[in-house]
Amino acid sequence: MAGSMLEVRDLRIHFQTDDGLVRAVDGVSFSLDRGRTLGIVGESGSGKSVTSMGIMGLHQGTKAEITGEIRLDGEDLVTADPGRVRELRGSKMAMIFQDPLSSMHPYYTVGDQIIEAYRIHNDVRKKVARQHAIDLLGRVGIPQPAVRVDDYPHQFSGGMRQRAMIAMALSCDPELLIADEPTTALDVTVQAQILDLISDLQSEFGSAVIIITHDLGVVAELADDILVMYAGRVAEYGSAADIFGRPDHPYTWGLLASMPRMDRDRTTRLVPIPGTPPSLIRVPSGCPFHPRCRYTHLTGGRCDTEVPQLHEAVTPGHAAACHLTAEERARQWAALSAGKVADDASEPVSQGPVSQGPVSQGSVSQGKVEA
Amino acid sequence: MIFFIIRRLFMTVFLLILVSMITFAIFFLVPRLAGQSAYQLAAQYVGRNPIPSEIKAVEAKLGLNAPLYLQYGRYLKGIVFGIHYNNGTDVSYCPFPCFGYSFRNQQPVWPQLISDAPVTLSLAIGASVLWLIGGVSIGVLSALRRGSIFDRFSMGVALAGVSLPVFFTGLIALELFSYKWPIFPNVHYVPLTTNPLLWARNLVLPWVTLAFLYAALYARLTRAGMLETMGEDYIRTARAKGLPERQVVVKHGLRAALTPIVTIFGLDLGLLLGGAILTETTFSLPGLGQFTILAIQNQDLPEIMGVVMIASFFIVIANMIVDILYAVIDPRVRF
Repeated sequence: MAGSMLEVRDLRIHFQTDDGLVRAVDGVSFSLDRGRTLGIVGESGSGKSVTSMGIMGLHQGTKAEITGEIRLDGEDLVTADPGRVRELRGSKMAMIFQDPLSSMHPYYTVGDQIIEAYRIHNDVRKKVARQHAIDLLGRVGIPQPAVRVDDYPHQFSGGMRQRAMIAMALSCDPELLIADEPTTALDVTVQAQILDLISDLQSEFGSAVIIITHDLGVVAELADDILVMYAGRVAEYGSAADIFGRPDHPYTWGLLASMPRMDRDRTTRLVPIPGTPPSLIRVPSGCPFHPRCRYTHLTGGRCDTEVPQLHEAVTPGHAAACHLTAEERARQWAALSAGKVADDASEPVSQGPVSQGPVSQGSVSQGKVEA
Repeated sequence: MIFFIIRRLFMTVFLLILVSMITFAIFFLVPRLAGQSAYQLAAQYVGRNPIPSEIKAVEAKLGLNAPLYLQYGRYLKGIVFGIHYNNGTDVSYCPFPCFGYSFRNQQPVWPQLISDAPVTLSLAIGASVLWLIGGVSIGVLSALRRGSIFDRFSMGVALAGVSLPVFFTGLIALELFSYKWPIFPNVHYVPLTTNPLLWARNLVLPWVTLAFLYAALYARLTRAGMLETMGEDYIRTARAKGLPERQVVVKHGLRAALTPIVTIFGLDLGLLLGGAILTETTFSLPGLGQFTILAIQNQDLPEIMGVVMIASFFIVIANMIVDILYAVIDPRVRF
């Protein structure tokens, strides 16, 4: 995938704190082309947001130590002059945040905030910018945009605020749009509308989109490619079809099993992943997932000593970082997708009993998850 | 917005009436409850070794024998419209706004208040401009360079500023800059209209002394406010837009951090306008603060009441302005 619009190579973002070095992102690589959508999935503290902030250059002025490469159309943003990254920010790459209420300034009208975003990068009169803001608000589905442009954020509903945030992000026609949990703070009914809007606008603007979420349903709907992150590292990376069809990492299995699915029997229990995400200061040795993994006994003790590398075991372009052999993973996934939780696997984690739900036979499709 | 302001105006008038009632009650009701007669009260107006007939005349003239609510009515009427005093033989008119006559010199209180107010006004406004600019900019810089030498140094000085009383810092300033190095010799009040240059020059030390106390407080407040707002999500949004850091700090950060500062500023200024007692005394400035001190020392009831009414007027008005400003600054407060 050389020559992609966005290329991230071995990105590491570490923070020096009083408690020790936080390895928030530790060797992440991926690439993204125009018109494509990448979903970055993981639990809280897996480094998803830190990665996206790193791409946007929003760690400037903090104590973050960033190494590796972030190339946007060939231009390396890690070593670039901060002023240059600021120019790109908002114009060539833009970002939508999780909570649209706290992400908009309460003292300025929605219109003013969009106008501001537009005028930083475009030398136009205020009147022109205002008309542009009204057009954008109309485009993202705000009714009566010429009136609502003078409203303050608190006068908007949650969904409308997120629409306005999207309008703000799109004001300069960015080529890369990063959406950091864009629907987490919203009503379920509004979530689908916002996701539809993002995907409509993407086809309209032709930009590349990164969606960061812990909700597999969101990426199932939108993403072409998926990057599963765990403890600042990539656990699995591949196309959405591959990851939902034939997930190749025990952590991804856990994520899928912990999520409700329309194609499963209603009596099927959701299976949580035991334990909690590790501290990023004391990341477990070897595979960071091994304290929570049910299959560590199958690898001959490599899990807690050796860091697994990403390798493409099944199909090209679909890589996972796991010590299990390809055959073993195929066998385990076949068992899991048949509705069985690995009975022969020992329980490595004491905390959090793993419910072994009633086995539902029959219709288990491995296709897309309808969320 | 208009309704909001009108409602606030009504509230303000109501509050002022309440203050006048309480003040009146303290100075007329409480002594009467304690057993002071109208005759004894009237005696205070007449001076030493009064003749009983004179006292009786004053008592009749000021209507001190009337029921208290009537007296209060006359008091309020005097403030709002002016009032005629009549004891049968002698009619005198105390024009609006009448706060009665001073025990000391039998002169109406209001003209004395008015003549002293410009001194306090000059002191308070000059100092407040200094401390607002100084305190806020030091606070912002400290917040942006948190943990730096500048931050530690200025917060240390701020702690000293908050802790040291004006009569200490003022005297030190006088000793150093008026006597040892006479940069500002012979500090005394010169009216602005007489000589603006001398007015400013003589007020520099009082301004700086008073501003030092408040700037310290404002620097700490601003620093805390900035540290909080700069961590807000909308600051991240502003940066994500590609705004230059300067605009992020001033337009997005400071704007939000200023709201509580404006509130406190209004109250502080209102409070000071009623008399900066310590500063005025330290620098011998003949303002409302000095007037207050004298009035209290002489137990001059009408003067004390007048000064209390003026001070509370400033505070209540400042409060109202702050509330209206608040609605202007923060759109979420508007109704």
